[in-house]
Amino acid sequence: MQIVAKKQMNDWIEIGDLDDIPRQGARVVRHADGDIAVFRTADDQVFALRDKCPHKGGPLSQGIVHGNKVACPLHDWKIHLDTGLAVAPDEGCAARFPVRVEGGTIFLSLVADEGCPDK
Amino acid sequence: MKENLVVVGNGMAGIRTVEELLKLAPEKYAITVFGEEPHPNYNRILLSPVLCGEKRFEDIVLNDDAWYAEHDITLYKGKKIVEIDRRRRQVKAGDGATADYDRLLLATGSHPFLLPVPGKNLPGVVAFRDMWDVEVMLTAARQCRHAVVIGGGLLGLEAANGLLKQGMKVTVVHLPDRLMERQLDTPAARMLKRSLEDRGLQFILQGVTREIIGKTRVQGVALQDGRELTADLVVMAVGIRPNFALAQSAGIYCDKGVVVSDTMQTYDPRVYAVGECVQHRGQTYGLVAPLFEQAKVCANHLAHFGISRYEGSVTSTKLKVTGIDLFSAGDFTGDDGTEEIVLQDAGRGVYKKVVLKDNRIRGAVMYGDTLDGAWYFQLLRDGTDVSNLRDKLLFGQAHLGDSGHGDIKSRVMSMDDSAEICGCNGVCKGTIVRTIADKKLFTLEEVRAHTKASSSCGSCTGLVEALLASTVGGDYSTAPKKKPLCPCTEHSHDDIRAAIRDRGLKNIRAVMEKLEWKTPDGCNKCRPALNFYLLVAWPGEYIDDNQSRFINERVHANIQKDGTYSVVPRIWGGETTPAELRSLAEIAEKYEVPTVHITGGQRIDFLGVPKETLPAIWGDLSRAGFVSGHAYGKAIRTVKTCVGKTWCRFGTQDSTTMGIELEKMAWGSWMPHKVKLAVSGCPRNCAEATIKDFGVVCVDSGYELHVGGNGGVKVRATDFLCAVKTPEEVLEYCAAFLQVYREEAHYLERTAPWVERIGLAHVKRRVVEDAAGRQALAERFRHSQKFAQVDPWAERAGGVDRHEYIPLKMVG
Ligand code: SRM
Ligand SMILES: Cc1cc2nc3c(=O)[nH]c(=O)nc-3n(C[C@H](O)[C@H](O)[C@H](O)COP(=O)(O)OP(=O)(O)OC[C@H]3O[C@@H](n4cnc5c(N)ncnc54)[C@H](O)[C@@H]3O)c2cc1C
Ligand code: SF4
Ligand code: FES
Repeated sequence: MQIVAKKQMNDWIEIGDLDDIPRQGARVVRHADGDIAVFRTADDQVFALRDKCPHKGGPLSQGIVHGNKVACPLHDWKIHLDTGLAVAPDEGCAARFPVRVEGGTIFLSLVADEGCPDK
Repeated sequence: MKENLVVVGNGMAGIRTVEELLKLAPEKYAITVFGEEPHPNYNRILLSPVLCGEKRFEDIVLNDDAWYAEHDITLYKGKKIVEIDRRRRQVKAGDGATADYDRLLLATGSHPFLLPVPGKNLPGVVAFRDMWDVEVMLTAARQCRHAVVIGGGLLGLEAANGLLKQGMKVTVVHLPDRLMERQLDTPAARMLKRSLEDRGLQFILQGVTREIIGKTRVQGVALQDGRELTADLVVMAVGIRPNFALAQSAGIYCDKGVVVSDTMQTYDPRVYAVGECVQHRGQTYGLVAPLFEQAKVCANHLAHFGISRYEGSVTSTKLKVTGIDLFSAGDFTGDDGTEEIVLQDAGRGVYKKVVLKDNRIRGAVMYGDTLDGAWYFQLLRDGTDVSNLRDKLLFGQAHLGDSGHGDIKSRVMSMDDSAEICGCNGVCKGTIVRTIADKKLFTLEEVRAHTKASSSCGSCTGLVEALLASTVGGDYSTAPKKKPLCPCTEHSHDDIRAAIRDRGLKNIRAVMEKLEWKTPDGCNKCRPALNFYLLVAWPGEYIDDNQSRFINERVHANIQKDGTYSVVPRIWGGETTPAELRSLAEIAEKYEVPTVHITGGQRIDFLGVPKETLPAIWGDLSRAGFVSGHAYGKAIRTVKTCVGKTWCRFGTQDSTTMGIELEKMAWGSWMPHKVKLAVSGCPRNCAEATIKDFGVVCVDSGYELHVGGNGGVKVRATDFLCAVKTPEEVLEYCAAFLQVYREEAHYLERTAPWVERIGLAHVKRRVVEDAAGRQALAERFRHSQKFAQVDPWAERAGGVDRHEYIPLKMVG
């Protein structure tokens, strides 16, 4: 089950093109309240998470992306890109940010979905 | 429509195959299982604890009726198949029921062998094979007093021990002159006999059974020498015979068992066979570990994956008699061509023997202290050259210079629950023990996943394994398998490398497709490994996959705990000039580098550089003549040198120049793990060459070459490789050594563990004894260097991979 985000449609911002992010890679959107990592998977899905590992704050954007997961570069926790949840048996969650891709352009909402999905 | 798969035999191998098949292709077959026994599938191994009263039948059921229902498997219990009609592809049961098959799996196990003596069919004479036998024994134990067990092998002793526990007076009659003659040598067998006698068992060795006496039921056993033993129960445990009568009557080729190929197919390709009933490459097996390997291969083939093959197994044995530690594996008797190393400590009741041939373990027998059984078995299976371990072999793995861990078993036992086991992840003993118990963990991998203990530097692995062993007890299928590279694949490092080479696989995608990866794009374990293997196999051709590199290698700098990076330029052979130092000082000031540190590798480290600044600082460094020091990579790191004969009063050669030449030759090369070199000017060894991956010690007559050392977690001094005369030879031998390591080691295996695994003799054969081979290796190394010696920093200062260093966007 997913907690419904308090989405406001008007705060989508354009952050760049799909091709600006390497496949199986990530880029950072720098923001006053903390960096946001924007990931692109091998099959061109795009996800955004707070660039802070739930373990000890490692920069998730620097990890290796595989499937719909990223491996944190500091101590190798795996994080699900779609939910922000740490892969069991680790426990924790990185906040998610809504993203959408339209005609090759990526839009990001800065309203984080802080609640961990209870799965 | 689904194809029909019919399984004959509801035992351990048959159902394990079905389980493996359901994992791979759950929808492929409509499955029907026929089992002669009236029970669901149970763990036959645990019949011994049931007989002892330590477990009940319910405890040993592996798959209950609900499991079959849940997976839509039709199960016929208590139905024996009596006929296979291969033309109509149909099996027929004793009661006339039939089932059609597209594929048939025979898993009929073994029959206990009954001695052909008079009276063998009297009531009260049983084998020890199935639950029915156990029920007969338990009933007898409640009503009668005297039992005779014929056969002092594994099964016989477990039966005897069980009946003794049930209160019977038990005599074991055994034909050879020692117990468990197929697993034990004379001293170990003698120790075993003594401790079983102490428990109350009686033995008659070299006892030949002539007849089982009795009118309506068994009353005694008569031996050839005239003795007669009273018996209300006789257990025959003199061996098993593969059960292949059914297959044979259907015209399927059988010899000692049903003959199968490496894909577990009989001569009729629609008919598969697994388990004790089969004969594979002339061998039959009577233990579960090999049967489980067969099951995996068979399922793989049934699922039409068709890539894995069964290549036979080496097995090891443990006796499941509580309180007796006994282990045996391989060929422990040896012959003229073998040597033995023996340790016998009668006081402690410990006996260990290892049989060696050509410095490789052929077999081992241990009694009283079997902690290292798994280790010997691993060395045996891997064919490890143990020349360097010989002195310490019998004292066990714990004595191998693992800095400060000492005797692992006693150490963990005596620890407090709050004692820290894993220093990297801060996990204490209590947490590990509790997690093992609560989550029902059985393997090291599981403990790592759940507690993180031993998942980082790995130096506490031995402690965690000891905790696992003491918490769950010995595991019956300890047979180490060929270890897959990672959970995304079934294949081992070596198999994958061979496939890349032999099948001409040129990129990661091709490897994953051809070798049937289980995940769409691998994981952060396999992708870096594959990237490296491809790079070594196809120099100049393979295009490096940046996204499959760990962050440090991807951005050519070391990530620090605060997300900043460090910058370590190469300082050739650790020698520098005032001009170089001046430019380093200026650059450090210009970029306000917070910390400048002289490293343990004779270089200078700028710490705390933000990622965005990296290309600019590298640009300045490159203009000042510096290249990357690869301090971040699985690559050539440092070449430490001392001042050598140019200055030092003891120096014998120009060690500094030698070091610089080595570094100029080797820099830029990617390696399975980091590689460090050093050159010392004399045997005083100030450059610490004997704890380096490749170390040179200069002597009057030339250069001594040493390999396979490292400092770090588990310090290992190098092995002496050979002595050479000229600097040119040093370069050639070094290039050849680095290339064998690149071509043969597993990714993330440093030279020290690699040399231990494959043996120094192998390295010598490739690098020292075979001159042509050495030149070819060195040539391959030099060829690959043509493409590798491009300074990554200069490239990036010039704009390569710009996206790595700048944010996608700044907002808010
Ligand atoms: C910088 C340095 C410490 C220093 O300031 O002196 C250092 C720093 C690190 N070492 Fe080291 N080691 C440094 C010399 C050494 C030495 C000394 C030597 O080379 O003579 C050793 C022991 C010798 C050896 O390697 O055998 C050493 C043994 C290790 C080990 C243990 C290796 C082992 O096989 O057990 C690790 C852990 C690993 O690699 O997995 C390690 C790992 C690390 C890492 C990479 C840990 C990490 O992943 O973040 C550190 C990163 C530093 C950075 O960000 O730049 N470092 N490290 C030294 C860099 C030398 C250089 O110029 O490149
Ligand atoms: C007491 C005991 C202790 C053991 N201890 C160990 C140990 O510690 N470690 C170890 O590795 N191994 C041990 N083993 C051996 C291990 O149990 C066997 O290797 C394993 O069970 C063999 O599996 P299988 O499927 O080939 O045969 P089984 O498990 O015997 O299964 C074959 C099944 O097929 C059925 N069957 C046969 N013919 C037909 C037919 N025509 N129609 C229908 N059904 C048929 C049989 O009734 C049987 O149920 C032990 C065995 C015993 C008996
Ligand atoms: S010893 Fe090496 S790995 Fe440990 S803290 Fe120091 S630099 Fe880091
Ligand atoms: S900070 Fe991410 S795993 Fe430790």
